[in-house]
Amino acid sequence: MCESETVDDVVISVRGLRKRYGDLDAVAGIDLEVRRGEIFAFLGPNGAGKTTTVEILEGFRERSDGDVRVLGTDPARAGSEWRNRVGTVLQESAPEPGLSVRECMQLYAGYYDAPRDIDETIALVGLAGREETLGEQLSGGQRRRLDVALGLIGDPELIFLDEPTTGFDPSARRAAWGVIEGLRELGKTVFLTTHYMDEAENLADRIAVIAAGRIVAEGTPQTLGGRAGMAVRISFTLPAGVAVTELPLPAVSGNGRVAVESERPLADVGTLAAWAETRGVDLPDLDVRRPSLEDVYLKLTGSLE
Amino acid sequence: MSGRRTSLQLVAHQTRFELLALFRNRQSRFFTVALPIIFLVIFVSVFGNDRLGPRGIKASTYYVPGISALAVIAGSFVNLVISVTAQRETGVLKRRRAAPVPAWVLIAARALTAVVVALGVMTVLLLLGRFAYGVTLPSRTLVGVVVTAVVGAVAFVCLGFAFTSAIKTEDAAQPMVQAVMLPLYFISGIFIPNVSLPRWLRDVAEVFPVQHLADGLHHAFDPATRGTGIVWSDLGVLALWLAAGLVVALVRFTWTPVAATG
Repeated sequence: MCESETVDDVVISVRGLRKRYGDLDAVAGIDLEVRRGEIFAFLGPNGAGKTTTVEILEGFRERSDGDVRVLGTDPARAGSEWRNRVGTVLQESAPEPGLSVRECMQLYAGYYDAPRDIDETIALVGLAGREETLGEQLSGGQRRRLDVALGLIGDPELIFLDEPTTGFDPSARRAAWGVIEGLRELGKTVFLTTHYMDEAENLADRIAVIAAGRIVAEGTPQTLGGRAGMAVRISFTLPAGVAVTELPLPAVSGNGRVAVESERPLADVGTLAAWAETRGVDLPDLDVRRPSLEDVYLKLTGSLE
Repeated sequence: MSGRRTSLQLVAHQTRFELLALFRNRQSRFFTVALPIIFLVIFVSVFGNDRLGPRGIKASTYYVPGISALAVIAGSFVNLVISVTAQRETGVLKRRRAAPVPAWVLIAARALTAVVVALGVMTVLLLLGRFAYGVTLPSRTLVGVVVTAVVGAVAFVCLGFAFTSAIKTEDAAQPMVQAVMLPLYFISGIFIPNVSLPRWLRDVAEVFPVQHLADGLHHAFDPATRGTGIVWSDLGVLALWLAAGLVVALVRFTWTPVAATG
């Protein structure tokens, strides 16, 4: 019994997944594990096998090889019972033609055994007041929200969100993040694909990066790709009348700015501050920064493209 | 709204929204409802009370069943191909497939929608013919009228699903449908009695289902017809096309966009 509970805790389990198109391995043997209640971000450049993997997990594509379990079931063989527990927000899908927001929701609510409350779900995605608007008359961002609402109406345990905020302006993106955070509070498991590193950083508990059909890194936003152990970059504008060689630490300069790669940022900032104090100069535009998730991502995927 | 629905309840649920969407769409409304009525008015106005066809029946009595055949095809084949192709290419079908609704429920609801629309528009044409042009109601042969229309609508639904698999983009649907249907309307006695056509053209028309739907309805509407009004040979050909359409649809129909795969 105890063992089955731990198995039940794993919502998505992928072992040695492979998808071959002719001679090309679009997905070349990957392993993934997503646990209940997690927001899991799946990143990768276009053509890396990201969409193929997601569509296999959603049950839209057959795999060539490997073992896939989503909610304990093989998605390629799954039926209505399974679809009742899974919500899918596709990358691109238009609203139901000719139906208002509420009617779209009523149509989809009718497909599920135990749907959520329609008005509450419309409010959750921020479409309250738009119930009577025809789907095709909504703005791009509002259509995306309707799509998310349709993915949630069945009250799924697991939700696939495929690039949910592509094309959003910054404020709409923040609002969408709020909705996804809300899903975490409801105890849902979220499988998120995105192109935006800040989105993954803000939302995800764990991240996996796929490039050229393989998982090249997996971890939390803080540790992905060895990010936690990477040198911090201390940079500032070189004060007038000071040469780079006069600085107390080895530094590189370019464009009038100086950068110090630091393993011990706090101590090194202290050394620099003490030196500046003694010299009676300022360190203008001082900036202390860990490599961004985007830097890590580009490093991980760049060499493989 | 909660609790497990039976499959039949699901078909009714889907059909309700399909009908709502169809009548909300200006293009569907025009092609399925307005256009057959306009055609009936035009043809009867042009040919007046001329005697047409081999048995010399009144133009109005000839055009009610002919345009009814067009209405059945418009409500099933034409409307279905255009809207289903658009729904497939914009991801609507794919999203529906991700929901727990069985595929056959979606298809059955589409067929039921076509039958309801076909019978509805035919009723309008019939009433218009009766009250505006004095066409006799085919009360004795009503069974023949209904059976032929229903079999025709279901056959053209299956052919519609089959035909969508040959269309790659949303924009191509409308021209491709018209390219296939317009010539068939002209050689199948919808607009002009096909006795005036050369023999070889009539032979071509005999192969296709439009001719058999039109002929079946012409026969059932003919005041001289006795019995049920069912023409078994026409129904047989329609049934063959229905089966062929169904087989192709089952093998080739896709739920995911065709144009933008990747």
